[in-house]
Order: sequence, then structure tokens, then C-alpha cells
Amino acid sequence: MADSLFSQLVGLSAGALLLSAVFLVWRRTQSGSIRLLSLQGVALATLVALIGVHRANFETFAVALLVLLLKGVLLPVLLTRSALRQGEERNTPFMNPTAALFLVALLAVLAYVVSRPLAILGSGPTTQVIPVGMTLVLIGFLLLATGRHAIAQLVGFLVLDNGIATVAFLTAGGVPLVVELGVLIDVLLVVLILRVLTGRIRDVYGATDLDDLTELRG
Amino acid sequence: MNTSAVLLALLQIIVMILITPFLIGLMRQVRNRLEGRVGAGVGQPWRDLRKLFAKEPLRAPGTSWIQAGGPVLLMVSSLSVCALVPLISTLQSRLIPGDLFVVVSVLLLGTVALALVGLDAGTAFGGMGSSRHMTIAALVEPTVLVAVFALSVPIGSSALGDIVRARIVDPSSIISLVSLLALVALGIATIAETSRMPVDNPATHLELTMIHEAMVLESSGRDLAWLELGSWLRLGALLGLIGSLLLPWGMATEPKLLAVLLGLVMLAAKLFVLASLLSVTEVFLAKLRLFRVPELLAGSFVLALLAVIASYLLEAR
Repeated sequence: MADSLFSQLVGLSAGALLLSAVFLVWRRTQSGSIRLLSLQGVALATLVALIGVHRANFETFAVALLVLLLKGVLLPVLLTRSALRQGEERNTPFMNPTAALFLVALLAVLAYVVSRPLAILGSGPTTQVIPVGMTLVLIGFLLLATGRHAIAQLVGFLVLDNGIATVAFLTAGGVPLVVELGVLIDVLLVVLILRVLTGRIRDVYGATDLDDLTELRG
Repeated sequence: MNTSAVLLALLQIIVMILITPFLIGLMRQVRNRLEGRVGAGVGQPWRDLRKLFAKEPLRAPGTSWIQAGGPVLLMVSSLSVCALVPLISTLQSRLIPGDLFVVVSVLLLGTVALALVGLDAGTAFGGMGSSRHMTIAALVEPTVLVAVFALSVPIGSSALGDIVRARIVDPSSIISLVSLLALVALGIATIAETSRMPVDNPATHLELTMIHEAMVLESSGRDLAWLELGSWLRLGALLGLIGSLLLPWGMATEPKLLAVLLGLVMLAAKLFVLASLLSVTEVFLAKLRLFRVPELLAGSFVLALLAVIASYLLEAR
């Protein structure tokens, strides 16, 4: 693959990752968030597949397929099902979207500054978009900190995980298949456990608003 | 070089004046057809303008010279923008370059003129409209600046003509990350600036949420005609700018008759395509609550800022 085309495509898929994260902060309805998360998973899989094709590495390509299946399809489906069971709740975050969006801009600047030393190390197109992965990590933290419902926090956690995976793929050019498999299954397990937990919380308290859980009940 | 640039600027002004009413007519017609109505035809805005220009302006007692001067100022600002933005050719007069900051400040001049016209008669609606218009303008202008700035970083020049010329030379930069982010931000900013659908409903009168229509309520006759034509030209010029940045092909890079003619045809085609697209998307959108508009504009500002960050990021190779 031509180098310029590769760097262009890497830039575009990194842009899709970034855009989906920004829109996740912006649009906070449950079904919308889950759709954006699935889009982000597809973008991440595209990025990994691009790296695989560029290095002519079959293993990375297999990892891309795994990422696509798990983050693009399976996790969103799981989240949608638990969201459906609980009915569409409007997720009103702790922070109004305008302030959150400006915070995202600040976080992006911060990520850029922080990952500057990393970006200088390499010269390829993949090292240049490392700040995007960092931004994803920070946005994930933001979503985790400001989400009010369990599902919203789960989405934040998955964005955080996507960010970490992005940085890993961009810096190391892919991890061995076994390691990646382990990480992906870990994430899947976490989501499953949290899903069961949300179901239990809802059964006991009627809603998954975590604000209601601050008091002890006898 | 310089005289031809001035002549081209004049040509742009004349062409834009001729085209934009049809552009507005087309947008209304597309909307009407999609909503199952017959529509008044593409030429209706021209007929409206002719009618308004023939009427004497009625000015309420107590209004000042702003009621007559504001519309002219808006018109002058819109015409200057049409001359400065590269629409037909990328050639620019050396005297007044089509610099990004010049264009935005000239745009702002028109915004202020329109807001003053709204305030002048002292009616409740006018004041409300002006206040909203200024709120939106304060949020939009930085976005326009930052978005185009992101495009100017890789080129090293803030002249719009240079930016567009660099895109003709290297078309692959159009689908780059920076350019896409900046264009989305610029698109949202254009919609807000020209009071189009999710921000303001251009088709309603006497609604508590209106912005543009509230400001022009007190104007009539010639004054109203200038205001309407000025606002349409703003929309046309901004759409044209997006068209030039998105699809720069066919624009004249040298002052030759054939190239200019091709640029002219391409400009008309680009404008009509973009306007129809805008109109089709508007059919599917509901107007945003006024208090959620800053959210939309903050979003577009963040996109523009991300574009700037990305442009520095991809520059550091």
C-alpha cells in the first residue's frame, strides 16, 4: 500500500474514533450512545486492519477481525439488550453538554501535550495519531465521571478501553494474538458482570440511577 | 494581474447578485416539493425583490437613520464578502487580499448592522431577535475563524485564495482528517450564521423563537429588500466558500476567458447542489430549542479546535 494513502487512511480512521468520542459526550441518549460506541468499535477495527495490511502481518489482521466482532457487534448488542430491558431512560449527566464539550477540547489539548514525547519518537503516520488514543482515554474518564446511569458509565469504561487499545496498536503496532484475545475476553467479562449487576440494581431499586445508591438501607 | 483580479471580484459580485435569489428560490422549491406542496417556483424571490424595490419604505416614528442605513451597510458587507471569498477564481487583488480575518470581520460588520436595524424601532420582537442574533454571532465567529485557521496551518497562509489553490494542486488534502473536521465545523457555523433550519426557521413569522425574521419585522419596502438580498448573499457567499473548499475543481487559477467561464459554470453547479442538499436535510430537521443552540455551536467549535490540533499534529513530521 502506498505510504501516503496509508497515512491518509490512518488519519481518517483516527478521526472517526475521535469524532465518535466527541459525539458520545454530545448526545447522551442511551440508544444513540450505544450506536456511536459500535461505530467507534468499527473505526478501531479499521485502524487495526490498516496496520495489519501495511505490515503484511496476518496476526494483526486476525486481531482486527476479533475487535470488529467484539467491539463493533457483540458489546453493543449486549448493551442494547440490557438497555431495552430497562426501557429508554434519558441520561441526564452531571455536567451540561456545552461545558462537557469545552472540557473535551481542553482534554484534547492536554492529550496532545502529554503524548508529544511519544509522537517525537517515531516518524510514521501511526505515531502521529497517538494523541487521538490519549484523548479517547481522557474522554472515557470524563464519561465515567459524569455519567449518571450504570449504562452510561459502562459506555465510558468501553471508550476508555478503546483508547488504551488504540494507543497500544499505534505504539507497538499490535500485540500478540494471545494477549489481545485475553484483553478482549476480559472486557467482555467485565461488561457481562456489570450487565448482571445493573440488572440486579434495577430489580432491587427500580432504576439504575447511581445517585440513589448513596444511602445505606436497612 | 491586479486589474484582472479586481475585474474578477466585480464579476463575482454581479454573478452572486444574479444567482442567489434563484438559489433561495431553489431551496424553498425543494422544501415545498418534499413536503408535498406545489411551491411558488424558483423565480419567486426575484419577483418578491422587484415588488419590494418598487414600494416606498415605511418607517415608524422615532426610528433613526439606522433604519435606512443599516440595510445598506448589510448589503455593502455582503457584497464585499462576495468579492473577497474565492468563488470563481483563486486570483486575489494584492490591495485587499481575501484574508480569512478580513472576511470574518466584514461578515461581522453585516451582523452588527442587522442587529442594529432590529433594535432601532424599539419593539420587543426586534430587540429579542437582535439579542439572539448577537449571542449566536458571538459563538459562531470564533468557529469560522478557527476552522479556516486549521485549513491555513498546513499551507502557511491565511489568504483564502491560497488555501483553495493549494487544494486544487493537492486534491488528496481535501479528504484529510483536518479538512473534514474543519468543513463540518464550518458547515454548522454557516447554518447558524445564516439563520437556517436547526438554529432558526427561515419560513415562519411571528413565532416567539424566531431570530432573523424578528429583526426585519419593522422594515418594509426598499429597506426590507436590501436586508433580504444582503442576507441571501451572505448565505450564497458562505455556501460558495464551502463549495470552493470542498470541490475546488474548475476554479480559474489564471485570468483567461475560458477558465473564468468554466469557473462560473462550476460555481453555479456547486451552489445549486449544496443548496439542494442543505434544503433536503432541513426537511428532516426540527428546530432546536433556543437554549440548546449554544450546545450545537459549542460542538462545532470543538470540532474546529480539534481540526487545529490535528493540523499541528500532522504537521510535526
